[in-house]
Amino acid sequence: MQAMKKTMMAAAMSAAFAVTAQAGGVSDDVVKIGVLADMGGVYADICGKGCVTAVEMAVEDFGGEVLGKPIEVISADDQNKPDVGSAKVRQWIESEQVDAVNGLVASSVTGAVTKVLTDAKKVALISTSASHAFTTKACSPYNVHWTYNVAALANGTVKPMVDSGKKKWFFITADYAFGHALEGIATKVINDQGGEVVGAVRAPLGTTDFSSYVLQAQASGADVIGLANAGTDFVNALKTSAEFGLTETADVAGLLVFTHNAKALDPAIAAGMKATTGFYWDMDDQTREWSARFKQRHGSIPAMGQAGAYSMTMHYLNAIKAAGTDEADAVMAMMKATKPDDFFARNAYLRNDGRMVHDMLLVSIKDAASRQSDDDIYNIEAVIPGDVAFNPMMESCNFAAKS
Amino acid sequence: MKVNKLYLSLFGLSLLAPLVLYPVFLMKVLCFALFACAFNLLLGFVGLLSFGHAIFLGTGGYITGSLMLNTGITPELGILAGTVAAGLLGAVYGKLAVKREGIYFAMVTLALAQLAFFFYLQAPFTGGEDGLQGVPRGMLFGLVDLSDNMVMYYFVLAIFIFGFWLIHRTIHSPFGQILKAIRENEPRAVSLGYNVNDYKWVAFIISSALAGLAGSTKTLVFQLASLTDVHWHMSGEVVLMTLLGGMGTIFGPVVGAAVVVTIQNYLSGGELGNYISIIMGAIFIVCVLAFRSGIVGEFQKMVKKNF
Amino acid sequence: MATLFGINLFALSGQLLVGLINGSFYALLSLGLAIIFGLLKIINFAQGAMYMLGAFLAWMALQYFGVNYWLALVLVPLAVGGIAILIERFLVRPIAKEDHLYSLLLTFGLALILQGLFTQLYGSSGLAYQIPAELKGGTKLPFMYLPNYRAWIIIASLVVCATTWWVIEKTKLGAYLRAGTENPQLMQGFGINVPLITTLTFGFGVALAGFAGVLAAPVYSVSPEMGSNILIVVFAIVVIGGMGSIGGAILTGLMMGVVEGLTKFFYPEASSTVIFLVMVIVLLIKPAGLFGKEA
Repeated sequence: MQAMKKTMMAAAMSAAFAVTAQAGGVSDDVVKIGVLADMGGVYADICGKGCVTAVEMAVEDFGGEVLGKPIEVISADDQNKPDVGSAKVRQWIESEQVDAVNGLVASSVTGAVTKVLTDAKKVALISTSASHAFTTKACSPYNVHWTYNVAALANGTVKPMVDSGKKKWFFITADYAFGHALEGIATKVINDQGGEVVGAVRAPLGTTDFSSYVLQAQASGADVIGLANAGTDFVNALKTSAEFGLTETADVAGLLVFTHNAKALDPAIAAGMKATTGFYWDMDDQTREWSARFKQRHGSIPAMGQAGAYSMTMHYLNAIKAAGTDEADAVMAMMKATKPDDFFARNAYLRNDGRMVHDMLLVSIKDAASRQSDDDIYNIEAVIPGDVAFNPMMESCNFAAKS
Repeated sequence: MKVNKLYLSLFGLSLLAPLVLYPVFLMKVLCFALFACAFNLLLGFVGLLSFGHAIFLGTGGYITGSLMLNTGITPELGILAGTVAAGLLGAVYGKLAVKREGIYFAMVTLALAQLAFFFYLQAPFTGGEDGLQGVPRGMLFGLVDLSDNMVMYYFVLAIFIFGFWLIHRTIHSPFGQILKAIRENEPRAVSLGYNVNDYKWVAFIISSALAGLAGSTKTLVFQLASLTDVHWHMSGEVVLMTLLGGMGTIFGPVVGAAVVVTIQNYLSGGELGNYISIIMGAIFIVCVLAFRSGIVGEFQKMVKKNF
Repeated sequence: MATLFGINLFALSGQLLVGLINGSFYALLSLGLAIIFGLLKIINFAQGAMYMLGAFLAWMALQYFGVNYWLALVLVPLAVGGIAILIERFLVRPIAKEDHLYSLLLTFGLALILQGLFTQLYGSSGLAYQIPAELKGGTKLPFMYLPNYRAWIIIASLVVCATTWWVIEKTKLGAYLRAGTENPQLMQGFGINVPLITTLTFGFGVALAGFAGVLAAPVYSVSPEMGSNILIVVFAIVVIGGMGSIGGAILTGLMMGVVEGLTKFFYPEASSTVIFLVMVIVLLIKPAGLFGKEA
């Protein structure tokens, strides 16, 4: 803790230095935030237009201008394609003076976009991507990873289950980078806690028929079937597990469950399932107040990445104000030197590697009888302190220590 | 003489274009134009509809991208390797596909392309869903730094002109005449003693190599190779470009590529992103029902009628 | 557990049965394609989109009009067939005399529009459709737990495929159909309305895809992309089987489902490519396909 305070002080001082060293002020007389997300595809509900709404809300709540200059929000659809996303961001930087990119969902797109942003020394505000690569092996001094990551999911969901005696695991994994990362990190947690992974099967992304994989899971005799996939894949895998009676003989654990997925599931199948989330709308008065405003504008309750997009934008704008400039190095230093604190970010700080560490929630899906409304989906089981949820920083990504 | 003037003025325009328009956009148009021209060599001049042509575009991209990332060779060699790889794949796939004709040919090429798609999806060297990111543009011949967009543009333009010239040459060679004969009347070509399948096969190889050249170049421009370029959607897009511009015309695919890329660029920014596929579909139907000669074809008809 | 050469036979039987379920969908779709091809000599690229449309119509019928599964199983194929008849009459027929590649491109365009339209309307994350109450639960077989609905898929698909085969190969109506394909002018001369038969057959072939869509809705999530993914596989199946016979299309479809099921058991990584590999082998050995006539 002491060491952390020290680095924070150092960062604050370097931020102050950066401000005096440079002329300061806002480049091109406008602070422009681009929101890049999947607007119409499989990930549209977990960020998409909702992220745009959240960023716009943050800009309005901030007052619409910073350091006397207007704040502008533009957005684009990345169609979940890294080529489309990086081309768009390149164009934003080269011909539209964008200062930071918010949103960012599919890990593949985020990976390509953060490379472009780092080359151009612009800030990446990552709201919904799950991969922990952006603050580990692909870390950058310009990356900010806000809402959650695969490590937090594995630590939050898997650890308590293994501890409670569910030792034998079988994974149905989405066969691409995110699924592999999730399976890998969950396997490590299971082994560390004295459990065992008895098998895994890789299902191609967008698999429609999971029955064959479910049969294999059934034959493995595992206590828990871990679903290392997301979105539609997760929903389909769970549905098929129930259909083939797997849910009666073993626990099924969803490693990444988004609110809208949980909402769409039949409570008869999903009730009791535990999940880790970075945010839930119905936690306390603060979350309810903001979520109500969001729902009024967007039409549905906020997903965690959407709440994160708001929180992150606020922190970014506050940092510009405090630093007196929108120059990326100074803003990054200031974001890391000051603690975010709002309805989303609890006991939170932005680590030097760009990881935002905050309290996560362990929730369970409610059964049909105890739901008060359509949006009443989760029981909050426990608050997971940020330092428990997120893995420690890698030395190679400690940019403050290096400089 | 008239034609030479046309080419010269187009060449002049293409030299000046990046001063007015965003160079990355122009490079994208050039890459797709070359891809469409390569595709048109098959559809327009041999009458073969390859519904999996994206696989050659993507193969070029993946090979060039992974060599540039891992070996540090110069970009011209990287592009050459990508082109050759696409040509080799074309040789294998072409040999299989020319066994069937007409719509069967279309289905076989689509299925073969899907086979390679799943291979690229799982092969470790392609980066799967992530693709190959941060591909360096490198130093051309070890001398010229391509990281500047303007320099890159003229390099891409040179590649395009080379590819275009090659196709032009092929069509107007004796070999090209036989291809046209096959398109017009295959049984007759057979009866004249030509081994039709071999001619089709060679055309297929040339076409796939040039598609690979386009893909290799595109990977350098965007510094990225991804699954988009091997997906069947991309195969559909190149059919659309060729159909819209005018199949069997020299300039049709270029015009078609420019129009389609412009539409996509325009739509992807705004609220209309979801309509891209609807609009593409509608263009297909309109072209097939009422506009089969495409933009350039119709224009040529008009010129012939009125002048 | 029973094992042979170290292979778990129980698990293998389960995978075979699951493969047969997928094969049922392949059979329905490739049968539809074969019928349309037989008569119009075109490949309907929109067959996958029509399968998707079938699933969506079933979902919409339940959601907006309270039409239950069983009624949808009858009404939706009729509706999809009706739409197909309009498509044939107003879009396909005007270009019937052109190169068949044009009708392929036309139906490809239709598929793009339908897929885009439903993505725009319902998003691409997929909608849930409940298994009908009568078929909930399952049966405990010695080697696996077979959900009743999955068993129903096999039965329904086999019955429809077999009936279609019988009508076309063994009845007078089928004889007219086949004759109309062989020699339309002659049949016209006999006073048979060939264009009408053509239109109706196109409608029926597409209705099969709609039927498959309704059948798929409760087990696969209803999403705009469900059609395009399966269609390319079905194309490979068509190439494998060849377009020679109605029975060939059905058999190849079922067989390829089983081949895929086996691959998922022995080498899951290749499960999405195995059918294409079979296609390559067949092309090398018998270019006209297993049941195709040499051209």
